[in-house]
Amino acid sequence: MKILVKNGHIIDPSQDIDGVFDLLIEGRIIRGMYPEGKAQKGLLTQKDRVIDAGGKHVMPGLVDMHVHLREPGFEYKETINTGTHAAIKGGITTVCAMPNTSPVNDNSGITEFVIRKSQKEGMCSVFPVGAITKGLKGKELAEFGLMKEEGCIAFTDDGMPVMNPVIMRRALEYSRAFDVPIIAHSEDLNLSGGGSMNEGLLSEIMGLEGIPRAAEETMVFRDVALAELTGGRLHVAHVSTKGSVKIIREAKASGVKVTAETCPHYFSITEDAVMGYNTNAKVNPPLRTPADIEAIKEGLRDGTIDVIVTDHAPHHYDEKLLEFDHAPPGISGLETSLSLSLSLVEEGVLTLEGLVEKMALNPAQILGLKRGTMKAGARADVTIVDLKKKFKVDPKDFVSKGKNTPFDGWLLMGAPVITICAGKVYEWD
Amino acid sequence: MLKSKDLLGIKDLSTDEINIILDTASSFKDVLKRDIKKVPTLRGRTVVNLFYEPSTRTRTSFEVASKRLSTDVINFSVSTSAVVKGEAIIDTALTVQALGADIIIVRHASSGVPHLLARKLEASVINAGDGMNEHPTQALLDAFTMKEKKGRIDGLKVAIVGDIAHSRVAKSNIYCLKKLGASVRLVGPPTLVPDVIGQLGVDTYYDMNRGIKGVDVVMMLRIQRERQGTGFIPSTDEYFKNWGLNTERLALANDDAIVMHPGPMNRGIEITSQVADGARSVILEQVTNGIAVRMAVLYLLAGARK
Repeated sequence: MKILVKNGHIIDPSQDIDGVFDLLIEGRIIRGMYPEGKAQKGLLTQKDRVIDAGGKHVMPGLVDMHVHLREPGFEYKETINTGTHAAIKGGITTVCAMPNTSPVNDNSGITEFVIRKSQKEGMCSVFPVGAITKGLKGKELAEFGLMKEEGCIAFTDDGMPVMNPVIMRRALEYSRAFDVPIIAHSEDLNLSGGGSMNEGLLSEIMGLEGIPRAAEETMVFRDVALAELTGGRLHVAHVSTKGSVKIIREAKASGVKVTAETCPHYFSITEDAVMGYNTNAKVNPPLRTPADIEAIKEGLRDGTIDVIVTDHAPHHYDEKLLEFDHAPPGISGLETSLSLSLSLVEEGVLTLEGLVEKMALNPAQILGLKRGTMKAGARADVTIVDLKKKFKVDPKDFVSKGKNTPFDGWLLMGAPVITICAGKVYEWD
Repeated sequence: MLKSKDLLGIKDLSTDEINIILDTASSFKDVLKRDIKKVPTLRGRTVVNLFYEPSTRTRTSFEVASKRLSTDVINFSVSTSAVVKGEAIIDTALTVQALGADIIIVRHASSGVPHLLARKLEASVINAGDGMNEHPTQALLDAFTMKEKKGRIDGLKVAIVGDIAHSRVAKSNIYCLKKLGASVRLVGPPTLVPDVIGQLGVDTYYDMNRGIKGVDVVMMLRIQRERQGTGFIPSTDEYFKNWGLNTERLALANDDAIVMHPGPMNRGIEITSQVADGARSVILEQVTNGIAVRMAVLYLLAGARK
């Protein structure tokens, strides 16, 4: 079966395309693009489908390289099925699954399970990210080679930092044999201590133990130095502070192989969101201040930050209905990510093309995936976005099991209306 | 009358509301001076003490205050381990409410617990100390005591000395005293007196002698022995030498300065016995005033529930 997406404004930075074209999909593959109305007569038969994307933007399916699907082990929070469904609803066609499941994805057996389960029950592509160390304990390296063979595309102890610098050094060195990036959760646990929000006047007023920016920045600095030492590829996860942006900018300028990501919540809301002990705004690293938001936007603008991810971290309602310091950190982000990020285009921080780079092309390139592009021959992953569609965030509407969002009630502008994943069309009103 | 059904912190109270509580407490203090120290005001009401942290004085003070008002008061003790292993706090609280509690007095090691309960319960919630956030009735009884001893709070110079960073008593006192027009100094080592707190309109001093010079009130805070050896203070000896209150230091304050302490005291660590038991100490009067202030809070919240 063929699908012709007509009249849409195509944004595909991989081919430097920004204009109105018709896009032809055949089966699971993109066949090509034609200038408006130039798709030959007789190209389509009665069985084929035409989607009129007039007035809408057509972009490659988004790639989210930082998602907690929670399976195996925490199926009450999310499953591969519900998480990938949420991704599709958010215009995301490829997700990378974090290894902090139970058991941890620190061996090829678990990797195989995640891949098999995703093929069976997943609605979008799932690429597992393996653990750097066995059991995320920070002591012994996991088997990068065997896990890569089974399908892991990067390695991280996300949720836990690799506290021992020698182990981090070895991970960065060893990763070179397999040309995989090491994704760093940059947090010095001694400095973050029992903290549950940003350290500052507000943490003092709320009586909550704070997490200083330095807990992140000292580790980003350490890992940049180790990347320089080893020549390994470092990817800094969920950048939240002004200082981290500066360290990464300087590292890039001096030629260190480092890339970085941030999340919509780090450029959309400040620590003020936790006021009233709102556990849905508890996240790690914590929400920071307006100065940090400005620096992160500047980092996105000048290319210091390469990628926007969700760090989708679904939790059960009961877990967030706990004492603030006992509630687990995390935000369910898949279904609000694109809309929140579109505000960067509205504000002039990024062009729409730039946004597609951060949310599709760049993560694909960092991970060596043939995704994030609509070149002829690429997998037919396409997101059609209505920039004028208004929608009110209501966690009750989430298909993710995680209803934990600090954006409840927000009115957002711009949302995906059709997601095509491997040629399969998902559509919403 | 109070605006809210709950007393969660001084932060949320207006100056008027604080004054209403203090004035009401003053009438109840008269009751406490009578031979029969009990009034039937809240007969038939049920008050539950839900304490997740060990506490003798605050819990007993609330219990006495409740009894003086003729309520049925129940102590629901919960071991701290239940927080981690057992029932979720919200379920415990809903259970207590279902048992018929009109007012729940809660103490918990986690900041924000009273706020969580207040949001989910119809019963009134009184914060009897939550984590490092607030201990509003302590600040109210301190203000009551200062007003009683000094005749006013507006314009008073108050030094709060000790572990400000971890103290809910200090926080509530800062908000309360600022609202009532006192000028507040915080005294202690930089590890226990964070810089940012200066933004609350208080002055910070690392030098005790400068900090208490010319003040009308010296409020000493308990220095927890656990702070020793964790990098906050090297030793209690060094702490006492630099920030302890002894007779010589007290002489730097105004001649009629009073000495306060929320208890329990560490004699010889933050305060000498000579000062604690001396003529300027109002520490035991704070305890007595606590009953009157807590009666006032119970009475006003019960009134707001009608």
